[in-house]
Amino acid sequence: MPIDVNGKSLETDEEGYLANINEWEPEVAVVMAKEDDLALTDEHWDIINFLREYYDEYQIAPAVRVLTKAVGKKMGKDKGNSKYLYGLFPYGPAKQACRYAGLPKPTGCV
Amino acid sequence: MSEVVKKFLYLNRKAPYGTIYAWESLEVVLIGAAFDQEVSLLFVDDGVYQLTKSQDTVGIGMKNFSPTYRTLGDYEVKSIYVDRASLAARGLTQDDLVEVAWEDWESGEEKDNIVEVVDAARATELMEESDVIFSF
Amino acid sequence: MAILHTVNKSPFERNALDSCLTFAAPGAAVLLIEDGVYGALRDTAVAERVAAAMDRVRLYVLGPDLKARGFGDERIMAGVQVVDYGGFVDLAAEHDKVQAWL
Repeated sequence: MPIDVNGKSLETDEEGYLANINEWEPEVAVVMAKEDDLALTDEHWDIINFLREYYDEYQIAPAVRVLTKAVGKKMGKDKGNSKYLYGLFPYGPAKQACRYAGLPKPTGCV
Repeated sequence: MSEVVKKFLYLNRKAPYGTIYAWESLEVVLIGAAFDQEVSLLFVDDGVYQLTKSQDTVGIGMKNFSPTYRTLGDYEVKSIYVDRASLAARGLTQDDLVEVAWEDWESGEEKDNIVEVVDAARATELMEESDVIFSF
Repeated sequence: MAILHTVNKSPFERNALDSCLTFAAPGAAVLLIEDGVYGALRDTAVAERVAAAMDRVRLYVLGPDLKARGFGDERIMAGVQVVDYGGFVDLAAEHDKVQAWL
């Protein structure tokens, strides 16, 4: 189902992931979060931006355990744990945050 | 976490892009990382081409998955072996291959590059030592 | 006019390139594409065979396929010419037949 972002209609797959990663802009995350009744904070953006950098470097969306470890390494142990990340993204940090970041669904997620 | 840790060996023998094997193998490695096993990769024959640096697929309209190999250290892959004779037959050296860093998050132990060129005898040993071999 | 032969298999995995070079008539053109581009690289186990064939046939390699696999023009053998997709089309138009070695 397409989503409307800044007057543009962007294609998504059946699970709501952006069909074309190159069409992403920050407003995509805002629109997707709004649909989930979530207001994005700086803490959310830290993770979303982190995911985009990760994808840029490695060309995959990280699995949740890899994300957790990598966030811990970069932003400290208080953020590199499931409790913190699930607190921000209740539908699953890898899945939900990757979707907001315009990434494909993480490999290995069902 | 499972009590019995098995040695998994992924044997890669196909060049990337021409066929789907290389990408499929990589995906299985990424998914399999969730099983907490001891994972090694062995690149033989045209499989060594999967690890070449500077791949740029913009011109052929396919996904460039070569950067993904560099994150395998985060996906429970402990060792990556490359057959020396396969490299030599293709005019390649280790300098032509990507580097894959590895770090144990608990102990903090780090390795800059887990890609290791080995002789056929060692490759044979690796296959003998492993509990399961996934062949691509 | 001569035939344009295309080879899309790695010379280390299949004998498509070897057969092509055996059967191609003098004056033919051979274009290496997809995994076939590995046959154009320097210092390989098939380089001597390919170099010898260049006495009789013209050798081309498709640049985008070479680049995708991580190799620049400096890695190909002397005498092999790099072409882009437009060059592929030109070669196909210049020859009266295209023979694909699959």
